[in-house]
Amino acid sequence: MILVLIIAVLLLAGALAAVAARWSTLLPRWISLAGLGVDVVLAASLWSGRAANARWLEEVDYNWAPTFGIHFHLAVDGLSLLLLMLTFFLGIVSVLCSWTEIREKVGFFHFNLMWVLAGIAGVFLAMDLFLFYFAWELMLVPMYFLIVIWGHERRVYAGTKFFLFTQCSGLLMLLAILALYFAHHQATGVYTFEYSELLGTPLSFSAQLLIMLGFFVAFAVKLPVIPFHTWLPDAHTEAPTAGSVILAGLLLKTGGYGLLRFVIPLFPDAAHAFTPVALTLAVIGIIYGAVMAFSQTDLKRLVAYTSVSHLGFVLLGIFSWNPLALQGAVMTMICHGLSTGALFVLVGGLQERLHTRDLGSMGGIWTAAPRLSATALFFSLASLGLPGLGDFVGEFLVLLGCYKVNVAVTVVASLGILASTFYALRMMQRAFFGPETRPWQIADLTPREGLITGAMIVGLLWLGIFPRPVLNTFAPAMNNLQQYARGLNR
Amino acid sequence: MNPSATLALLPLLLLAGTSVVVMLGIAVKRSHALTAALTLAGLACAFASIFVAARHIPQQATSLLFLDSYALFYIGLIIASAAAVAAFSYSYIEKHPVHREELYLLLLLSTLGCATLAASVHLVSFLLGLEILSVSLYAMVAYFNDCEQPVEAGIKYLILASTSAAFLLFGAALIYADTGTMAFSGFHAASRDAAGLALLLPGIALTVTGIGFKLGVVPFHLWTPDVYEGAPAPVTAFVATASKTALVALLFRFLPFALQSRAVLLVFAVIAIASMCAGNLLAIRQTNVKRILAYSSIAHFGYILAAFQVGGPMAAEAVAFYLVAYVTSILIAFGVVAALSTSAGDAGDLEEYRGLFWRRPLLAGIFTLSLLSLAGIPATMGFLGKFYVLAAGVASAAWLLMIVLVVTSVAGLFYYLRIVVALFSAAPDGAPALQSLSPGSVFVLCGLAALLLFFGMYPAPLLGLLGAVMAGMT
Repeated sequence: MILVLIIAVLLLAGALAAVAARWSTLLPRWISLAGLGVDVVLAASLWSGRAANARWLEEVDYNWAPTFGIHFHLAVDGLSLLLLMLTFFLGIVSVLCSWTEIREKVGFFHFNLMWVLAGIAGVFLAMDLFLFYFAWELMLVPMYFLIVIWGHERRVYAGTKFFLFTQCSGLLMLLAILALYFAHHQATGVYTFEYSELLGTPLSFSAQLLIMLGFFVAFAVKLPVIPFHTWLPDAHTEAPTAGSVILAGLLLKTGGYGLLRFVIPLFPDAAHAFTPVALTLAVIGIIYGAVMAFSQTDLKRLVAYTSVSHLGFVLLGIFSWNPLALQGAVMTMICHGLSTGALFVLVGGLQERLHTRDLGSMGGIWTAAPRLSATALFFSLASLGLPGLGDFVGEFLVLLGCYKVNVAVTVVASLGILASTFYALRMMQRAFFGPETRPWQIADLTPREGLITGAMIVGLLWLGIFPRPVLNTFAPAMNNLQQYARGLNR
Repeated sequence: MNPSATLALLPLLLLAGTSVVVMLGIAVKRSHALTAALTLAGLACAFASIFVAARHIPQQATSLLFLDSYALFYIGLIIASAAAVAAFSYSYIEKHPVHREELYLLLLLSTLGCATLAASVHLVSFLLGLEILSVSLYAMVAYFNDCEQPVEAGIKYLILASTSAAFLLFGAALIYADTGTMAFSGFHAASRDAAGLALLLPGIALTVTGIGFKLGVVPFHLWTPDVYEGAPAPVTAFVATASKTALVALLFRFLPFALQSRAVLLVFAVIAIASMCAGNLLAIRQTNVKRILAYSSIAHFGYILAAFQVGGPMAAEAVAFYLVAYVTSILIAFGVVAALSTSAGDAGDLEEYRGLFWRRPLLAGIFTLSLLSLAGIPATMGFLGKFYVLAAGVASAAWLLMIVLVVTSVAGLFYYLRIVVALFSAAPDGAPALQSLSPGSVFVLCGLAALLLFFGMYPAPLLGLLGAVMAGMT
């Protein structure tokens, strides 16, 4: 029941926020915060009450459309729980970081914000493939509104591109889901979209490969994997800060989650055969993202391209499919959510102050805003993989795991970490150090921003120095997934 | 005709009776409110009588009409959409200085034509129903006969529709010449030894031309954008919903036997693919909301024909579900257009919708919902309709059609989003003052939107109904 409540609270908070905007622009913000607060408590109660080795920590299952065998089935395991916590945390961050940025249409903004979070929570919880697709598409519409209404200059172009890419790949996934559904019926005589029943559906290899590709494309667009990434720089750059935080921190993770939860367990043989391609794409993404990030002049676009690079590690880890690499992939997903989310918050804050994102017109900000610059330095270092911070743990584990599978790929991927040093330091150098291009008269980090980034700093330090509790949380879930995909054992 | 058959025919009889009552009413006293009330009451009675009729089915009422759950379901859908159109018409036509009452008469007659088509199992009733429908529609499309655009649209519709009716008639004659029967059920038997029937295939081809024209599928779609744009918005809503629903209902009765022929299957596949592509691609460049919706309707009937063509047990249900979703969404869309129209003309240009959400959140919200439903986004009925069609296609392994459907509907998304972007962008300065909306229209729109969401999120009751209805189809 808690799971239904988690989603319902978000939907309700969104609706309330939309209505409350009639009376005050402050009310929607507090309502959203309250809703997210309730959800954090609910999720925390799941965490503390978790049973040692149960299949699910908590689940609900209702009949939804019996004609098709569709169930309203939500369930949570360690993996989902962690991503859920990340969702609520970044949700709070996005409400706080838009506190002064969003001044118009505040009610509708928070409505969309809460509903996109509800969609994301639904994606992480759905264990019925129909429901999963439902939530997958549902998170699209509010995100689209966030981009086209509150975005920057080219918002309509970016928003439409984002929507079309996701919708096209999503429909291909729907075809794949349906193909799996009918194949399952042919094999067993049962019509069902239930995840645990579809696992192990006997399929011919070619059918498995085709269906897997349908899923893979949808997740590859979200993750993003080269060459499906072109929506990402536009959407991230044009979205308002809260939108960028959610895009980078959460929406990309739904792609990684989908690969972990569905692609490999459902189609182990096809995934095994596909591994060389996936690893190659991952490495290309890592290097390409880093090179592109290095050559950007728009600060926000730069941060956007670093996502392409970091998420390449996630793909690498997932398709290496051994315990080390998987742990690394999940760690990278979480840490990337924190570090890149924070970078977007800071870039958004800078844009609010300077009214530009152009690296060329910045420079020497450190003297004017030392605390803000120092915070930015911290997250840049996290992003380039400084040992002791979370990102390092994730990427290091991925490389360790990948080494066992493919040495050549690992070597090239390591170059990606090197390249990340270049772009991160170039960003710091251009924006914050160097001669002052103008006598900056800007406010330093406000207490509100300090609170947000402070919490994220603590999180990254914790994940970097003492990641054990987090690793333990999703370890049982990972074991389960690996058991399903036994075909992929090496 | 026995009493039981009369009861089964009650919806049709009531529709015909209401037309007479309304006509006499107009003759006695011209009163817009009274006429509208009579019309709505008649439609409500006809709708209610479906439940009476349902106890007396299946029933062959004369050799022309056959009433079963399938026919009653579609009659219900047609009457419900006619009622919504009548409700939109009331506030819409109030704004125009014309004789208002006859529109309702024409509406009732065309509804009767549609209902006849839905129950028709015979070439004679098919042609009769089609002519009742078409002749009333000519007048409805050109109802504002002092303006250029509606008259142009009306004449265009008249010429093309009568040409296609001529094709249809000739096709019917050819079929009759070969099979020696005019009852649809006779074709099934006759077509088993189709090899000897040289005229049957040309006959089918010509009738398909006639049906294709009414459905507005490629290559018979040329009238669609002009008529949609020129006709008054409520009439467009009727053309787009009830008249097309009736033809789809007929298609399932009339043509299943023809689908055994590979040539016919191929033709339907080509029509479906061409409609999906042309409709979606041509809509992209349009800047008039009514024209965008016209092209989108071409695409939607491409999807429906795709489902029809793949056949299989799920096809009839998939098509019915898709139609319910489509009719609900399109009624909302044109209802909004009608509500925003002024005496100066219909609200067609995309510019007129700019920033509507910030000025009229309810209306624009409902409009957005219907557009998202047409685009097939979850939580709306439109998504489940598309899902159903895809499921039917995948079940029959019709991969080419389904891939085309997926790719073209992404193109389709683009123009729906254009309207949505306009609705949500900043309102232009100097926008004309808002006129008040009629509570009746708003009430109907809200009701339709609620249906769209309810069945979009909880389709089980509707799916159950459709399952029962299609199981009762004989």
